[in-house]
Amino acid sequence: MTLGFYPGCSLKGSSREYAESVLALAKAFDINLEEINDWNCCGATAAHNMNKELSLALPTRILSLAEKQGLKEIVVPCAACYSRLTVTKHELAEDSALCSAVTESNGLEYTGSVSVLNVVQFLDKYITPNLEGKVVKPFDHKVACYYGCLLVRPHEILKFDREEDPQSLDTLMLKSGATPIDWAFKTECCGAGLSVSRTSSVGRLSGKIIGDAKDRGAEAVIVACPMCHSNLDMRRDAINSYLGEKIDIPVLYITQAIGLAIGLDRKELGLQRHFVKVTV
Amino acid sequence: MSKIGVFVCHCGENISATVDCARVAETAGNYDGVAFSVDYKYMCSDPGQNLIKNAIKEQGLTGVVVASCSPRMHEPTFRKACAEAGLNPFMCEMANLREHCSWVHEKGEATTEKAIDLVRILVEKVKYNHSLNEIKVPVTKTALVIGGGIAGIQASLDIANTGHKVILIEKDPSIGGHMSQLSETFPTLDCSQCILTPRMVEVAQHPNITLYTYAELESLEGFIGNFKAKIRRKSKSIDEKLCTGCGLCTTKCPVKKIPSEFNEGLGKRTAIYVPFPQAVPNKPVIDRANCTYYIKGKCKVCEIVCPTGAIRFDQEDQIMEVEIGAIVIATGFTVKQPDFFPEYGYGKFPDVITGLQFERLASASGPTLGEIRRPSDGKIPEKIVFLACAGSRDPAKGIPYCSKICCMYIAKHAMLYQHKVHGGKSYVFYMDIRAGGKQYEEFVRRAIEDDGVNYVRGRVSRIYEKNGKLIVAGVDTLLNAMPVEIDADMVVLATAGVANEGAEELAQKLHVSYDPYKFFAEAHPKLKPVETNTAGIFLAGACQAPRDIPESVAMASGAAVKVAALFSKDELTREPIIAVVNRQAPPVYSSCVGCFLCVSACPYQAIEKEEIKNRNGEVIKSIAKVNPGLCQGCGTCVAFCRTKSIDIQGYTNEQMYTEVMALLNEY
Repeated sequence: MTLGFYPGCSLKGSSREYAESVLALAKAFDINLEEINDWNCCGATAAHNMNKELSLALPTRILSLAEKQGLKEIVVPCAACYSRLTVTKHELAEDSALCSAVTESNGLEYTGSVSVLNVVQFLDKYITPNLEGKVVKPFDHKVACYYGCLLVRPHEILKFDREEDPQSLDTLMLKSGATPIDWAFKTECCGAGLSVSRTSSVGRLSGKIIGDAKDRGAEAVIVACPMCHSNLDMRRDAINSYLGEKIDIPVLYITQAIGLAIGLDRKELGLQRHFVKVTV
Repeated sequence: MSKIGVFVCHCGENISATVDCARVAETAGNYDGVAFSVDYKYMCSDPGQNLIKNAIKEQGLTGVVVASCSPRMHEPTFRKACAEAGLNPFMCEMANLREHCSWVHEKGEATTEKAIDLVRILVEKVKYNHSLNEIKVPVTKTALVIGGGIAGIQASLDIANTGHKVILIEKDPSIGGHMSQLSETFPTLDCSQCILTPRMVEVAQHPNITLYTYAELESLEGFIGNFKAKIRRKSKSIDEKLCTGCGLCTTKCPVKKIPSEFNEGLGKRTAIYVPFPQAVPNKPVIDRANCTYYIKGKCKVCEIVCPTGAIRFDQEDQIMEVEIGAIVIATGFTVKQPDFFPEYGYGKFPDVITGLQFERLASASGPTLGEIRRPSDGKIPEKIVFLACAGSRDPAKGIPYCSKICCMYIAKHAMLYQHKVHGGKSYVFYMDIRAGGKQYEEFVRRAIEDDGVNYVRGRVSRIYEKNGKLIVAGVDTLLNAMPVEIDADMVVLATAGVANEGAEELAQKLHVSYDPYKFFAEAHPKLKPVETNTAGIFLAGACQAPRDIPESVAMASGAAVKVAALFSKDELTREPIIAVVNRQAPPVYSSCVGCFLCVSACPYQAIEKEEIKNRNGEVIKSIAKVNPGLCQGCGTCVAFCRTKSIDIQGYTNEQMYTEVMALLNEY
């Protein structure tokens, strides 16, 4: 089976291990993830703060290219890319005048036929139904599933999971043998783009998240967003200095955790690339 | 040949200032069939009316057109004048020269021309008028009140005190409703049960009130003055005549850990139970879903201990049919339940409770005997947070409206807490304080200024547990959106007031309309607040929208007056402006082909099927028939009828076309 794959910038750079683990998992389940040719930036947070049409034109080009390539479904692991692509699809479907303006500027055909899957939806649809029997090393740890701000919001558009107390990552982890904990910071802000400009703010915001996960006995934090991962993992020094203690709970992408459960090689999953050593 | 009289009114200067009334009368006098035409300064005055009466008698008029104000003002006046002169009142029409012409146009030729047109179309219409008689329907002078909360109690007592019979049904084992659960009431802080229970007893003892508790409406048919209701009396599993209410069964019942509905789950009750000590009637019912005998087939402890042998395990639900003339719906409201606020952890943290649960904690008859103790460990909370608008005014939660009562009861709760827990700290997170009502604002100020309740203007984003405390994370919008965190021992959510579960189903049984939130809809938001769109069915209390006690009581008394007015006559008279299906001589009988499109179109369920039978009793034809008691004359069926077989009396298709043609044909 072949599905489309839109990595976006993060999965080619700071979160290469996310791409590696998604692809490794797909391969283990005989799914071919075909990268969209000549893909471009999704616009992320910058474009829609500057120019609405541009912020729609960028994702539209990606979707048009996927259509041209004959793809029906594309997997978009980055939560920000997923949000931009889904919001764009929604806005173009709601407003036909806007749709023609945007597609005209792109000069590409767009019908809106491509479905956009985030990593949870991808796992839910194609991996977990066949997971049973494949779990050779149950991920037997207490985990704090962290969703961040973009994966489940805005609910009116994404129509995915519950926005205030999401459950989808917890359900997946339960199936991989983990014990998800009930905690309060599932959708609190990690600091996002302030990672570069105001690291101390990220230390405070992400610190609350890591602090609560630790207080409740989590052995790992599970994420599905490169930005969340960067802040919780790469900014651990800032977090630790905010909390005044050294916390070494590792942060894993959901695909890495499931990969471990089905016995994939740690290097294949990119676990060596983390700042906080993955001991689980 | 018609002999029509035209009477043009000046309405002082209201009409004559812009319309040449003399010319209108003169022109109308020349129309075919007009036998008499005159203008006069005040047609509604006694001399004006005499002008009409005399003309009818002297000229032998067959129709009258009064060209004056809106028929909403004086149609009854002129119809009565016609009737007194011996002319059928429905042979009188009014041309609205004031609201439709003189008031809205400048003085001038065109204005007078328009007035002439308005008169002409009515002259042509009245030629096709027929004598009509008012419809009389008998009235069954018994009211059904659905719901035994404060609104239902008040409505029942008020109707009963006018000398009419009332049947009051209540779905729970006792009357009293939410008010019986409350500790104190705002803005006076008087004990809720102390003021309610005398009313409950009065209901039980009133000779004109028949009370059925544990009973629900099964179905309803009929129309104003003539309803037939089926009532399901759910089995209480006891013989009420034999039961003395001694309560021995409830003390001996071995199933003791069922969450008490009356205590909002904070206390426990037995399987055979009386909901609360002052219950009316004070006789138990068996909750079959939790009774060991009904689950496992043995136990029967209650039967063994009952000194009068009143337990009836084999009792079945009874369906009772009653005839009634009017209905008051007083089914109340409920509050939003768990899982609605995942971010507030309601249902997850035992010390996050609803306002109604707090009432039970503060009530002397509650599970803590009136001491404020938190449900998890029974400790007295040193810090308590109240959250206003939990769900209300939140379109994302599907409840954009204000629940209205919360601002006041939160102030009351915080005040009660401060009175009972000295040195305790209380916080209220609010959006706005809505304290519109007599002494309401003063009450809130008292909470803030005298009792030291901390009001924080802002919303709470999340509540979570940490080190045995509930962390309430919110924002203070008066401090430049500063994030605030309070480590509380207990949190009270002012959950949105919503329609009862099953409200939609009940509305459909009663054929009354409801709003998008399933609250029952009043007939007019300002001028008919207690009426529904269905004649003879009235509303009281919070089933129409969230209401506090004074409003519910006032509404109930209002509804009771409407019922009493209905019952003050032996027969109801209604205007004959209703739809009729035409009837013709055999073999056609009617041009109706029996498609019954009108049946589905009618918003009042006023159209039924009628079978036309020959002498041998065989059905020849099925046609539509309009029930004159139910029809409101809206005309929807007329528009739907494919064979033009339905007409509104007084506004027939023929009359409408004639009016249009009269307007188009120049004279």
